[in-house]
This record gives sequence, structure tokens and C-alpha cells, in this order.
Amino acid sequence: MKMFKILVCIKQVPMVSELPWDSKTGTLKRELAQGMMDPSSRRALEAGLQIKETRAELGEKTQIIVLSMGPPMAMEILYQAKSLGADKGILLSDRAMAGADTFLTSFILARFIKKEVPDVDLVLCGSQTSDSETGQVGPQLAEELSIPAIGYAADIQLQGQMVRVHRHVDDFFEVLEMDLPGLVTIDQAAYTPRYAAFGGVQDAFETADIIQVDARRLGLDENFNAVKDSPTRIVDVYSPTTRKENRVLKGTAKAVVDQLFEDYGKIISSAMGKDLKGQGEKI
Amino acid sequence: MTTATDIWVLGDYRNYFQSRVTLQILARATHLAASTGGKVCAVVFGHGMDEYVGEYIAHGAEKVYVVDDPALKTYAVETYSFLMTRLVEKFKPATLLVGATRFGQEIAPRVAKQLKTGLTADCIDLEIDPKGRLVQIAPSFGGNLIARIITPHKRPQMATIRPGTFQELVHDGTAKGQIIRLALPTDMPTEKIRCISSEYKPSKAKGIEKADIVITGGRGMGSKGKFKKLFELAALMNGEVGATRPVVYANWIGHDALVGQAGKAIKPKILFAFGISGAIQHTAAIADADFIVAINKNPNATMMRMADVAIVADANQVCSGIIRAIKENIRD
Ligand SMILES: Cc1cc2nc3c(=O)[nH]c(=O)nc-3n(C[C@H](O)[C@H](O)[C@H](O)COP(=O)(O)OP(=O)(O)OC[C@H]3O[C@@H](n4cnc5c(N)ncnc54)[C@H](O)[C@@H]3O)c2cc1C
Ligand SMILES: Nc1ncnc2c1ncn2[C@@H]1O[C@H](COP(=O)(O)O)[C@@H](O)[C@H]1O
Repeated sequence: MKMFKILVCIKQVPMVSELPWDSKTGTLKRELAQGMMDPSSRRALEAGLQIKETRAELGEKTQIIVLSMGPPMAMEILYQAKSLGADKGILLSDRAMAGADTFLTSFILARFIKKEVPDVDLVLCGSQTSDSETGQVGPQLAEELSIPAIGYAADIQLQGQMVRVHRHVDDFFEVLEMDLPGLVTIDQAAYTPRYAAFGGVQDAFETADIIQVDARRLGLDENFNAVKDSPTRIVDVYSPTTRKENRVLKGTAKAVVDQLFEDYGKIISSAMGKDLKGQGEKI
Repeated sequence: MTTATDIWVLGDYRNYFQSRVTLQILARATHLAASTGGKVCAVVFGHGMDEYVGEYIAHGAEKVYVVDDPALKTYAVETYSFLMTRLVEKFKPATLLVGATRFGQEIAPRVAKQLKTGLTADCIDLEIDPKGRLVQIAPSFGGNLIARIITPHKRPQMATIRPGTFQELVHDGTAKGQIIRLALPTDMPTEKIRCISSEYKPSKAKGIEKADIVITGGRGMGSKGKFKKLFELAALMNGEVGATRPVVYANWIGHDALVGQAGKAIKPKILFAFGISGAIQHTAAIADADFIVAINKNPNATMMRMADVAIVADANQVCSGIIRAIKENIRD
């Protein structure tokens, strides 16, 4: 029987809680950040792992390939994926690929898939990364690969060379079917990821199934430059300014509540859409 | 003939009464067109949508492109994106804006790819730069950073817009708009996705994402029983209750109420935060609150430093105090 191939796209993102954060300017130093697997990519991986397990119970074989584009440091998440149950990992990494927008990211990911995994059955993506938060890479990758795609899956059932997907989008509860090969993005609340067994990551380091591929090996021409070739350009990045008065109220509960209504009763009643009597005096 | 300055807005009427994002974008487009020139146009696909066409004209659309056909009755991403691409290629608008609903976020990336142009996700503002280009302003890292993005060479300039970002124009029943009806192309692709069922269940609750008043509680509320007080306060204030992750994990409230990186982003007019420390994974999602009142025993908690009003006191006592004050003073 033919091996069923699942390819999961995973991205490394900065761990925001660990970010070197300048509380004065509200800016963060990305280059010093510690990396982690993007939470939505983890859900996509979990969906792949569960499909693999269900198939294994029926004696059917599945290969899970994880694919990532990012700096060399992103190797870490491939090892992590491997320790969770992925069979093979590929990191597309090259200075020339840095700074790609979603248009080029999906182009590069597709380029590898077409070249090296043309017989992929199911491609899985997260629905939205925690750093760039676009949700665009999945649909654009499907477009590049000329395969159909279903977004925001809450549940995927594999039925031969077809998937049945349940999803909840914009107040519609839908059941959709799609022939494979196809791409599915996983909803932010579905497929709660498992945690790696302690020591699991260690074992994963022993493997040769994780490789790094550069722009040349991908067959990109030498003038390729992701920043220049991306259709969108970032003009600047800033942190939203906080223009807070930061008034501090202290005292007994009664006293602070009285003060709150006296000074801010108008704001409160207007947001409530209800009038409050004598705003303040007596409360 | 349409010139290359028109601004198009994709009519997303799928969840119309819940989501008025198309009308909101039309309002902003009208404002942008004042400096770029060109017409504000809506584009509508489906079957029997005259009602929406009228609504778009009443809210600022000068022109509406309509493809009305029984074959378009149920939304299908491949069909709709094919049509959108075809229309853009034919009429060449300068800009195409789409609501960042799930419908919009599914269709827009595919249209952008087909048109080989850029797309900025979930914008919270749009401006025009001195060269007349669309500046797409979008948050990342849960609102901790804001990026200003342009599409220097490719056209159209495309962006999805976060619902609730702009204020819709007042309905003008006398507004006149041109309606351009187009026939379904003969070379439509065959849809590869089959819709087995699609059930519309509009959510009754406003939801914390849309509420004007949100009351969030953290571990500092102490227990599930004490946390319940927040529901009483929310009911009195017409608000919704949100929570931090430890609270959701402890089952004091359902996952729907989770505010933060792993949950929902909120943007109320007033946020009351009871017993919350203010970890970045949580505060990333409250950056858009207009006014924050934080209640915490610890004056140095991050949440207190982010607040407009920082109340140094016991969260439970202040909650009860506000409930009492409102009950005694509310005017019906
Ligand atoms: C990957 C990742 C994702 C995460 N995503 C989210 C997310 O989406 N949302 C989220 O909320 N968290 C998230 N977290 C968790 C987050 O880091 C914090 O742990 C969490 O927000 C803290 O919740 P808290 O403020 O309720 O609890 P604590 O941090 O324990 O704070 C309790 C606060 O209550 C105060 N307090 C105690 N008793 C009283 C009293 N009687 N009266 C008044 N004040 C009192 C204390 O001074 C303290 O400031 C995430 C973490 C990780 C690692
Ligand atoms: N650099 C990348 N490498 C691999 N997969 C990616 C990358 N960027 C995005 N993805 C995939 O696309 C999903 C959505 O990402 P985004 O469009 O950036 O929000 C992620 O959850 C991943 O599955």
C-alpha cells in the first residue's frame, strides 16, 4: 500500500514572554529573543500526528514531513517536531530568503514541495502565527500548489483520498469535503497540542532526517532577494504609544469606589449606555 | 471607463447583521478617495443580493459591480476568488479592500496570489502617503508592534481590515449609485470543495470582542465562587466577562472568555481588570481598550501600570462595592 504523506508547515516565532522588552519605549529586541514553535503551527502538527495514529491503528502507514522557512536557529523546532512524532524535517534557510512577506514565503515553501514532495497527500498549516498574524501563508500556498484548501478546521476526518472537515466560521457551522491532495489550516482552538516526553528532544538529535536547504539548492536564481522581491514593503514599525494618566486610588473599598464614580462616572455611564443618578455625589 | 484610481470593497454580506465591516470599510474608502480621486466601488457576488447592493450605495458606494447567478448561491472560495480576480483584471482598481472576517481572510490571500500582488492582513488603519500610495497599518505580536506597510509597485494594493475599525457612514436613502451587472463567465472553474452542510447560527451574545464594557478577572479573584461576582457586575453594566489563562484552566469560566495571545483580543470602551498581574500574553490582547481600570493588591503589577485608574485594594471588595453603588444609583 502507498505511504500517505502529510506535510506540516511550522514556523519558529519569538517567545513573547521571554522577549527582552524595553518597558519605557515599549519596544522589543527581536534579535535577542528566544524562539519557540508558533502555537498555531503546533496545532497543525498535532492534527497530523493524530491522523497518523488513527491510521496506524488500522495498520496503515503515514509519513509526516515538517517544513519550515527561517534562520538556522529554527532547526530547534524541527527537532522538537521530530521528538513529538514527525518523521522528517526540512529547514529552508538562506540570507536571501530573510524578510519574505506571505507572497514570497508561500512561493518558497511551494517551490520545495513541488521539487521534493510532489506526491504529498495532505498539507497542514496553522491558521495564524503569533508574530506576523496574517493567516495568509496557508491559502497562498494552496494557490501556488494548485490544490484546494479549507481554512479553520475544527476537525478533520480522513476517508481514503478525501477529507471531511468540520468548521465554525463567521457564525456558520459547516461540513466540507475535499479530494486530496489538498491543504487544511487548523483552527486556533482545535487539536490541543501534546507535550514532548522528557528527554524526547535529546533522542531526536541523533537523527539524520533533518536537513537544511539553501536558496541555491532550491534552484532560486542568484539575484533572488526576498526583501526586494516581496510585493509589500514595511515602511516602519513602532509601538503603540501609551498616553495614560495612570491615576492611583488607595483606601478602603468604599472610599475608592466613591472616588471612581465621582471622577469617572461619566465615562462609565456612557459606556454602559445607562444613566447613573447624581454621578458621584452620593455613591 | 474605470481609471486606475478606484477603490474597491468586497461586499461581505454573509453574516450581515452581526458584521457591518463592509459598511465600515466603505466609509474609510470614501475618506481615502477624497485625496486619491477615483470612485468608491463595492463588488458583490451571490444570488438575490439587491438588498445589500442598496445598502452599500446608501453607505457610500458610488458604483456597485454585481454578479448575480443561482450558481453563486452558496459561498465557495474557489469560485468567488476566481470571479474577484477576473473583475480586477478587467477593471483595474488601484486598491481592493476586504473585511478581515474569516470569509475575507480565506478569500483575499488567494485573490492576491492570483493577481501577483501584496496583501496586508487585519489592518487597523489606512492612510494615503504623499505619493498617493495606500499605507496599510497593521498590528503584529498581538498589538505590541504596529507596522506601516505599502505596496510600492504591484496593483491593486490589497488589505484586509479588522471589523470595528472604522465608523460606518450614516445611512443615506437618497444616495445614487451606478449598478453594473455582469454575467457569470463561461469558463468558471469546477469547485473542488463540496459543501455538505452549512448552518447559520448567529451568536446571541455580543461576545467579549465586541462588548463596550469588559470585566476581566484573574487569579486574584481567589476562587470560582468569588469569581461569579463578576457576572453579576457584568449583567448590571451591560458588559461581558473575560479571564486570564489560569482562571480558564481552573474552570472558573469557559475557554470562550480567555483574553490574550491564546484567546481573544478585546477593545472595549472600558475594561475593568480584577486581580490580574498583566503578563504580556494577556495584555497583548487589551492594547485597544480605550479606558482601563485595574484593581490589584499589588500597586506594582504590570496591569496597574497600564491602567488609566489603578485601584490598590482587594478585588472582591471593590467588585462588591461597584455592584452596590450601581444598584443604588441606577436610573431606569
Ligand atoms: C505560550 C503562552 C501563552 C499564554 N497565553 C495566555 C493568554 O492568552 N491569556 C492569558 O491571560 N494568559 C496567557 N498566558 C499566561 C500568562 O503568562 C500569565 O500566567 C497569566 O496571564 C496570569 O494570569 P493572572 O493575572 O490571572 O494570574 P497571576 O499572574 O497569578 O496574577 C494574579 C494577580 O492578582 C493579584 N491579587 C491577588 N489577590 C488579590 C486580591 N485579593 N485582590 C486584588 N488583587 C489580588 C496579584 O497581586 C496578582 O497581580 C500564556 C502563557 C504562555 C507561556
Ligand atoms: N516561515 C514559515 N515556515 C513554515 N511555515 C510557515 C511559515 N510562515 C507561515 N507558515 C505556516 O502558515 C501558517 C500561517 O502563518 P501566517 O500566515 O504567517 O499567519 C503558520 O501557522 C504555518 O503553518
